[in-house]
Amino acid sequence: MPSFSHFFQILMETKGVFFKAMLLTLELTVVSILLGIIIGLVFALLKISNIKILELISDIYVYLVRGTPLIVQIFILYFGISGIFLLPDFWAASLALALHNGAYISEILRGAIQSVDNGQFEAGRSLGMTKTLTLRRIILPQAFRRALPPLGNQFIISLKDSSLAAFISMNELFNVATTLGSNNFDEMTYLLIVAVYYLLLVALMTFVVNRTELKLAVSDR
Amino acid sequence: MIKISQLNKSFGDLHVLKNIDMTVYESDVVCLIGSSGSGKSTLLRCLNFLERKDNGNIIIEGNEVNPRTDDLNKIREKVGMVFQNFNLFPHKTVLENIIEAPVMVKGVDKEKAIIKAKQLLKKVGLEDKSDVYPSKLSGGQKQRVAIARALAMEPDIMLFDEPTSALDPELVGEVLTTMKDLAEEGMTMVVVTHEMGFAKEVADWIVYMHDGRIIERGTPEQFFNHPKEERTREFLTATMLK
Repeated sequence: MPSFSHFFQILMETKGVFFKAMLLTLELTVVSILLGIIIGLVFALLKISNIKILELISDIYVYLVRGTPLIVQIFILYFGISGIFLLPDFWAASLALALHNGAYISEILRGAIQSVDNGQFEAGRSLGMTKTLTLRRIILPQAFRRALPPLGNQFIISLKDSSLAAFISMNELFNVATTLGSNNFDEMTYLLIVAVYYLLLVALMTFVVNRTELKLAVSDR
Repeated sequence: MIKISQLNKSFGDLHVLKNIDMTVYESDVVCLIGSSGSGKSTLLRCLNFLERKDNGNIIIEGNEVNPRTDDLNKIREKVGMVFQNFNLFPHKTVLENIIEAPVMVKGVDKEKAIIKAKQLLKKVGLEDKSDVYPSKLSGGQKQRVAIARALAMEPDIMLFDEPTSALDPELVGEVLTTMKDLAEEGMTMVVVTHEMGFAKEVADWIVYMHDGRIIERGTPEQFFNHPKEERTREFLTATMLK
């Protein structure tokens, strides 16, 4: 085992290169989560639409995404799409991650929407609001509030999933760690260092999600 | 103003409304009473099309409504509803609850809607609660806000689905008082209720339902003092009103 002073020394030396990698990891995560929420919302709405064909589309999408490993999805998207047109690797990774997140997020949002009391929907309709208006103004705001804890969870999962972008040569945290580690014949130290960076990012995200939950709970408790 | 003829409604195998005929005239206060399962709430909910009838006619203001082709949203703008469980929007303040529909559905200017909302809050005795969230209100207060919210759309008719059934006994009075004031102003009201005192005092017509049918209809005087049907008499005895 390397000594703590050795670990600390390398940690300081590599600050710059890991910081850059950390930014890329964050970018991948944030973009894929934001896109994932949009995709997830679309498929959640398809699922509750009461129109059989739309529900089926949603079911197929969720099944395909949840039924195959993320790394397979990343490779298919990256190598498959680049046969058709040139997709820059950041967008290939982000898209794959977003589509992946989207499936899980669609189930999170569907559950949250359905957990809002039906009386809320009836109240909106009885005031002359259309289904869409009621959904937009009354149901979705309440559903999002309820979805925050599982969405926060998905955010953290997505952060760690971003490490798979290493396999399409993106210089995010995991790739940098394994490359430097093998170049210096010191894999362990660099893995431990990158673990610290991930822990920091997760701590940051947890903090942000908790603050958001608190802010939005003003009206409820 | 509303005429129902030969209305039928089933939920699966359960035939809940059987050939209902009923007419509500302008400024009438009609109280629907009966035991649970009699179909009174379902009938009420058919009046604003929250439930879809299976067959029969619903004629509003002389025009028969076809649920498939007519714009039900437009009809619901004119038919207000107050629910047993209030159904206030928890993520909005009291004021925001009341102005939501006028602003978003009718396109009323927000400032005007706020003025109207404050007038309505004053009317139901809650003008100091406009910036409070529903979770901070008592049941009776919530229901009065719900009434104000429904009134904000200036409906022609107000439907009440057991408005006081979920309230502590002490809070029932304030809501019934608000409803009585509304009746005295000439609002057309259809109220599903178990509050017989209210029905006796405020209703123009009592409609007693049992097992999906209207058994008897009459003025409070006729209904409580000279019931014609056997079933009605049984009901009044069982509820110790005779």
